Amino acid sequence: MVEIIVLLMSAILVENFVLMQFLGICPFLGVSNKLSTAIGMSGAVIFVMTIASFFTKLVYDLLLVRFGLEYLKTIAFILVIAALVQFVEIILKRFIPPLYKALGIYLPIITTNCAVLGAALINIQREYSLLNSVVYGFGAGVGFMVAMVLFAGVRERLEHCDIPESFKGLPITMIAAALVSIGFFGFKGLGG
Amino acid sequence: MLQEILIPVAILGGLGLFFGLCLSYASKKFGVKVDERIGKVRDVLPGANCGACGFTGCDGYAEAVVSGNADINKCTVGGRDVMVSIGEILGKDTSTSSVECKVGRVMCGADNGKTRTKYDYSGIKDCTAATALYGGPTACMYGCIGMGDCAKACPFGAIVVERGVARVLAAKCKGCGKCVEVCPRNIIKIVPKEKQYTVRCNNPQRGNFVMKVCKVGCIGCRKCSKVCEAGAITNDGFVARINPELCTNCGKCMEVCPNHVINKYPVCSDEGPAAVNE
Repeated sequence: MVEIIVLLMSAILVENFVLMQFLGICPFLGVSNKLSTAIGMSGAVIFVMTIASFFTKLVYDLLLVRFGLEYLKTIAFILVIAALVQFVEIILKRFIPPLYKALGIYLPIITTNCAVLGAALINIQREYSLLNSVVYGFGAGVGFMVAMVLFAGVRERLEHCDIPESFKGLPITMIAAALVSIGFFGFKGLGG
Repeated sequence: MLQEILIPVAILGGLGLFFGLCLSYASKKFGVKVDERIGKVRDVLPGANCGACGFTGCDGYAEAVVSGNADINKCTVGGRDVMVSIGEILGKDTSTSSVECKVGRVMCGADNGKTRTKYDYSGIKDCTAATALYGGPTACMYGCIGMGDCAKACPFGAIVVERGVARVLAAKCKGCGKCVEVCPRNIIKIVPKEKQYTVRCNNPQRGNFVMKVCKVGCIGCRKCSKVCEAGAITNDGFVARINPELCTNCGKCMEVCPNHVINKYPVCSDEGPAAVNE
């Protein structure tokens, strides 16, 4: 139990995917300009990351390892994640339309989100068990949400700031992202 | 050697095939059937997403129209042509119904020189921002500030600001009401296009207060409501309001208005409103 909590916390804070490992930067900068969209996107990421961790682990253990095809894991995982997202989309559209509407365009976008693939690959690299993989995937998703929500708050404030002409738009966003990231380096000590 | 190539190809290909089959099965089994008429209706709509129909954009209207929650004549942008096309798709009779064309009217005629300013505003050119500073720079708390929030919001470029007052170009206006939402003073009204007479004032205060701040304000003398045979004019506080549903376009109100506040608007040209004796 303790192990799982430690794993969860390290995935959320110490190894925060966006701010510490720099994965999934594209949605991080793309959809963090409003809090509501940031939450929608992160909700979808948590959802997909958790189930993707489960299925990629299964595919890796049952299929790739058995045939000695570990080197194919990247392409196989992309396949699994893409199919999974599509499947989830179909199911949600049919059975939970409100959630489908809330996630909207973010669900298909996640297909190409490198944070999801990153979580799957890290699970394999560190040889986590199936349960730990799922926990780590979930934690990574929550970490993504924390980063998104924090940064959306920062960006909403940036909107009203008097920024020098040459820094307007993406440059100041990059600088702000770097500062938030530096802040997260403070958690490094937590992992021991 | 050959095996080293074939096995990965077979596994990946098999994986892909498996997922593909799963997905196609799932989409057949769990897929939501979308009425194909929705797509067709959506295609004939103009795609302005203005919201004049009262739904969230053209997609929302198409869905509502097909499911029977909306009439086919709600799209004021597309007008008659679109209504007829929708009628064809849904198999509805379009000979008797018509699209009511609407237009926005700015209920303020106080251009430069007709009203005073309280202070020199030098902030950003934005009505909402200006209103936040002591209720706005204009002496009249109900008049047009003239910084063009409505013009910026208009998706059809149908609003111009002239001599400090916004004006709607009737030929371009589709009556979507985007300007109504953004105006901090709430002085734009959506009315049917053929009703030509509009009170260009929104100040409900007593006549002497209105006179102090504006030369062309409605002083609430009630001459127009007395002369109106249709009973379309009522006084809301001390400002006359014309009810477009009752108005018969007779123009008597404009003739008696002592302050030339009631103006006649052209039905479908970009010219400004006209008043008698001006």
